[in-house]
Amino acid sequence: MTKNNNASGPVLSVSDLSLEFVTRRGVLKALDRVSFDIARGEVLGVVGESGAGKSLTGSAIIGLIEKPGRLSGGEVRLNGERIDNLSPEAMRKIRGRKIGMIFQDPLTSLNPLFRVGDQIAETVMAHMNVSRAEARARALALLTEVGIPAPESRIDAYPHEFSGGMRQRVVISLALAAEPDLIIADEPTTALDVSVQAQIITLLKRLCRERGTSVMLITHDMGVIAETADRVAVMYAGRVAEIGPVADVIRNPQHPYAAGLMGAIPALKKNVGRLAQISGSMPRLNAIPPGCAFRPRCPKAFDRCAAERPDLMQAGKSRAACWLVDQGVPA
Amino acid sequence: MFAYAIRSLAQGLLVLVAVAFISFSMFRFVGDPVANMVGQEASVQDRQELAERLGLTDPWPVQFARFMGNAVKGEFGVSYRQGRKVSDLIKERLPATVELAVLSAAFATLFGVLFGVYAAINRTGLGSNIIMTGSLVGVSLPTFLIGIGLIFIFSVELRWLPSFGRGETVKLGWWTTGLLTESGRKSLILPVLTLGFFQLTLIMRLVRAEMLEVMRADFIRFARARGIPERAIQLRHALRNTLVPVVTIAGLQLGSVIAFAIVTETVFQWPGLGALFVNAVQFADVPVMAAYLMFVAAVFVVVNLTVDLLYFLLDPRLRSGAKIAKGH
Ligand SMILES: Nc1ncnc2c1ncn2[C@@H]1O[C@H](COP(=O)(O)OP(=O)(O)OP(=O)(O)O)[C@@H](O)[C@H]1O
Ligand code: SF4
Ligand SMILES: [Mg+2]
Repeated sequence: MTKNNNASGPVLSVSDLSLEFVTRRGVLKALDRVSFDIARGEVLGVVGESGAGKSLTGSAIIGLIEKPGRLSGGEVRLNGERIDNLSPEAMRKIRGRKIGMIFQDPLTSLNPLFRVGDQIAETVMAHMNVSRAEARARALALLTEVGIPAPESRIDAYPHEFSGGMRQRVVISLALAAEPDLIIADEPTTALDVSVQAQIITLLKRLCRERGTSVMLITHDMGVIAETADRVAVMYAGRVAEIGPVADVIRNPQHPYAAGLMGAIPALKKNVGRLAQISGSMPRLNAIPPGCAFRPRCPKAFDRCAAERPDLMQAGKSRAACWLVDQGVPA
Repeated sequence: MFAYAIRSLAQGLLVLVAVAFISFSMFRFVGDPVANMVGQEASVQDRQELAERLGLTDPWPVQFARFMGNAVKGEFGVSYRQGRKVSDLIKERLPATVELAVLSAAFATLFGVLFGVYAAINRTGLGSNIIMTGSLVGVSLPTFLIGIGLIFIFSVELRWLPSFGRGETVKLGWWTTGLLTESGRKSLILPVLTLGFFQLTLIMRLVRAEMLEVMRADFIRFARARGIPERAIQLRHALRNTLVPVVTIAGLQLGSVIAFAIVTETVFQWPGLGALFVNAVQFADVPVMAAYLMFVAAVFVVVNLTVDLLYFLLDPRLRSGAKIAKGH
């Protein structure tokens, strides 16, 4: 693969990615053939119940899977080149430089003993061939850009001297420090005060749009998805249940699980709420039923659902993993 | 920060006063100072006179105040046994103990941190298994056994190093040092190893445990996600955070090196304060014992204060006075 072919292709292409935990009681499949693309400059929202595998997908892409977990199949391509089988050092160079990451809690994301400016400069210098002074100038520019007031003095402050919202701005500047092509934001506002959540999302969206940076935005907040994302992927039990343009998935969900989730947004305009409760709960990893993982909770299940696992199938502008699509029945 | 420093200082002073009171009480309860000084044959008249001259007939708060006043000046009277001023005895013995303790502390800290970091980074390697097993020995074997073992190997069997004394020393003003002669340096090796070994293993295990804990923190994961090289994550981000709590405990441990020196000095016939104290106890030489107690207390207080200040330097959260309660 040469880079030239891929200037127009997706930034990120995940195909059939599987991840398992090898435990004493057996092998748990936490991600099962997850596939999706993220186009250049696109914001892909990722939603799904707690434990659906959203964070694991992010970790797998960036190559930070922790011990008992391991990739068991599929591949991850960044700008067309495989990155899931790179050496640790090659992968390190991609982290931060090509793919930036934002975690939920800005308080614990920053090293408490280092000045924020030094942490940004460190990131810049880890990826770019610049002097300490240049890195610091860049840190200052980034802090200014993410809207830290009086950045010339705040650059030498420690993380605890910032409020939660300001700290998450610092974290965003860290993720952007080396101008990555893609940012994975894992619930970037969940730990924040409600009053600043919208500001942070707006900021993130603006900065990425200005740079043409793609975003994988993991969240529980359908309102944020509706306002921010271009497309949305709905995950369930380590699989992608449905993926498509936000408007289509919200207005016309093809997968019964997605339909259940969208039940939370009656008017679809303002006052959009969080994910709706669907009766029953997601199966544990050691008890995922054969066939369709959603079958025990699905109001529309039929024979085939228990026997065969549905793959993602084209349904209008979206793709959904549901046999109903195959039968031409709307969910 | 200023208020905190003042508070630490006040606490330190309180400790010193308490220890001074204990030292002072020894004069009243351990033996009879007058009898000690004049011997058995003196008349009742003589004793009475001497007691008055020494101020022993004054009410005890007055006597304690006088004792404190003298202690501040470093005066603890005259040794019952040697008939010399205690301050002179201490001054003579101090360099031997200080050289031994400081070198042991440096040895223990340097290698404790080094091995601890190594064992934390290479958690499952052969090297860290050896280190961890060795550290169990250090934690469980009593100091005197380690000393005797070292003497047996390096003095008796191999004949490489002397088994007792300081060797030749060089005078620098009132200070005497063994560092400037070869025999002096050789003589230091075994006592330093003996005294430092326990502290080394303790610091090492502490550093390892703390560092493993820190490596699980979110900010380490975030540093990885930023593409910071693993070495920098371990040696800059993790180590610095590891050292914050380690400094406290290790610092206090190092203070106790002085106290532990008693055993080591006895094993190696090291002419330091510990040996002086052991002799003094044998002969109920109260002024020397009192002076030694005060010395040890002063060392602990100074170490404590230093540790507190270091803590401030290492942890910016304390410096700005925020979240002291949260700590770690
Ligand atoms: N070390 C592990 N061993 C076994 N199972 C694990 C381990 N780590 C995660 N899992 C499982 O993997 C699944 C997916 O977890 P993940 O963190 O990706 O969920 P999530 O969708 O991000 O949920 P949330 O919305 O709560 O953040 C969960 O069922 C979780 O229990
Ligand atoms: S495949 Fe069957 S069980 Fe699964 S979501 Fe579709 S209808 Fe429901
Ligand atoms: Mg998660």
